[in-house]
Amino acid sequence: MPATKLSKAAAHDHASRVFDLDQMSLRELNQALHNLTPGSNETAWEVLHPKGSHSVAVGVDQPVTIDVRGSVGYYCGGMNSGSTITVHGSAGPGVGENMMSGAIIVKGDASQYAGATGKGGLLVIEGNASSRCGISMKGIDIVVHGNIGHMSAFMAQSGNLVVLGDAGDALGDSIYEARLFVRGKVDSLGADCIAKEMRPEHLELLQGLLDRAGVTGVKPSEFKRYGSARTLYNFNIDNADAY
Amino acid sequence: MTYRNPPTTPRKSATFDDYTLSEIRRAAATGIYDIRGAGAKRKLPHFDDLLFLGASISRYPLEGYRERCDTSVVLGSRHAKKPIELKIPITIAGMSFGSLSGPAKEALGRGATLSGTSTTTGDGGMTEEERGHSKQLVYQYLPSRYGMNLRDLRRADAIEVVVGQGAKPGGGGMLLGQKISDRVAEMRTLPKGIDQRSASRHPDWTGPDDLEIKILELREITDWEKPIYVKVGGARPYYDTALAVKAGADVVVVDGMQGGTAATQEVFIENVGQPTLACIRPAVQALQDLGMHRKVQLIVSGGIRNGADVAKALALGVDAVSIGTAALVALGDNDPRWEAEYNELGTTAGAYDDWHEGRDPAGITTQDPELMKRVDPVAAGRRLANYLKVMTLEAQTIARACGKNSLHNLEPEDLVALTIEAAAMAGVPLAGTNWIPGKNGF
Repeated sequence: MPATKLSKAAAHDHASRVFDLDQMSLRELNQALHNLTPGSNETAWEVLHPKGSHSVAVGVDQPVTIDVRGSVGYYCGGMNSGSTITVHGSAGPGVGENMMSGAIIVKGDASQYAGATGKGGLLVIEGNASSRCGISMKGIDIVVHGNIGHMSAFMAQSGNLVVLGDAGDALGDSIYEARLFVRGKVDSLGADCIAKEMRPEHLELLQGLLDRAGVTGVKPSEFKRYGSARTLYNFNIDNADAY
Repeated sequence: MTYRNPPTTPRKSATFDDYTLSEIRRAAATGIYDIRGAGAKRKLPHFDDLLFLGASISRYPLEGYRERCDTSVVLGSRHAKKPIELKIPITIAGMSFGSLSGPAKEALGRGATLSGTSTTTGDGGMTEEERGHSKQLVYQYLPSRYGMNLRDLRRADAIEVVVGQGAKPGGGGMLLGQKISDRVAEMRTLPKGIDQRSASRHPDWTGPDDLEIKILELREITDWEKPIYVKVGGARPYYDTALAVKAGADVVVVDGMQGGTAATQEVFIENVGQPTLACIRPAVQALQDLGMHRKVQLIVSGGIRNGADVAKALALGVDAVSIGTAALVALGDNDPRWEAEYNELGTTAGAYDDWHEGRDPAGITTQDPELMKRVDPVAAGRRLANYLKVMTLEAQTIARACGKNSLHNLEPEDLVALTIEAAAMAGVPLAGTNWIPGKNGF
């Protein structure tokens, strides 16, 4: 999976295209973003007055930057493919759901299911994330500066979840091959999720994730790694009490 | 010569019948419940319990083979800029790649396209075989989101948000490790050879209010072009239909408990959910109560076998039906030509239901490269098209006899029921009476 570098307010030589949701509709915003073609010089977008709108900048498939000035509702950046979206506020449920590639940075907190089923790209939550962060993740990398809620990484298949704070109950329940790195305490682990040895390759991987997420002053050695015990991979009646 | 009392004939229990006894022995020997496909096998009130009245002095028939009887249907005109236009009101239900082989998916696409109807992906993503060979392809949006991606969402012709299946309302899927080939594993982002549990709940929405927001997101991603279906298992058809309409669905799909292509526990299949016949009138009633009948289309599936079933479903107010098991049989599933191999698997042609195990002698529900060669996608697609044509002609024959110049003009007043149960479920009179159980205080 190619690493996604966060672009720093890219393309200052072009003026941002400003989209004020007080003046224009969500439909017009998303249609304008979908009308972008490869090589377009409209590479920097700014969305004003989102006021908790759902589905802001969903299905974007060009490598543009989108700065959302305020908090958003459900599914901001859903299915994002290549764009870099920064939410200068908090995000409602399902931010970055099924992201394919690119990056989403939430400056505030994120509600439930952040990064659900994401297949690629990087999701950074600079505040806390609620329950079910990284549920069913399929290759996305998620870095949370604060804490995450219960049932996070439920049925997580692939990708990396990095938590600088604490994790709630039932972390990684029924996890497959995703890797979980938690710096603080974990209230409890879910079925088939266990603490694992942090080997040199994991420290290296984690350092790369911290770098990509712009985290400084935190060492990979401060984290613990969790992943699948793989005991539930093939049905065995003697495991029935785990279900 | 000694006298013997006359013996009684050995008598088996109706409660502990041979099947029940064999299941107890199987459970005791293995310690695991039985998983299978093929939907509910128990006898249920069904379309067989309804009859058409045909024309009489008060109803004129149309001339067979001469006068036109329209079969077309438009799905998704409520909100979608590009609704699905079908030549026949029979679609192909969702069946996953992984569960089915690549050639089988291709054959479904070919057969559907030849017939002017749509086919549907399944819990395993969209394959090139089916996209390439399906003129109209419905892309399922499932709890597992296996293979879900932006490109395929945009190249679909419609999106079906799957809440449940008739075989297992409230249950997730299971694909055993032996069916997980490299290709299946890659599409699902999971290791090869492990059992794949498909989630039973969507990961990022809960309840009708969230569903409305989820549908809005899917519309925004696809620029309001594609019809959005919501598929539910036959659990609470009145409320599920009403809530799907409230959430913004263009099309509601209700799948009764005979819906068979999902593998799950036998106990689940036979004991959870309602028969297809019992689901139709409540779903239609919900649409009528909301003033949305014929505005939001209703598709019903689960045990549709012939043109009479199609005509009866449409007469009860359905806009289109969907077939899964019957389509597999048309492709060659459970064909007696493989009887020797069915016997080796401990079963017989017509009873084979271990579709999830990947050893299908007919080469349809397998990922075994040798077995799947048995499906010639062109010939199998042709058989499916033939079968769909016959079903359509049969439904037209009945509709003309009832004096209808469109299949969609069939109505409940064209029907009577053979049993009190079917009369109550379908809301049509018991044959020979004007009694509809549950109506007018009786």
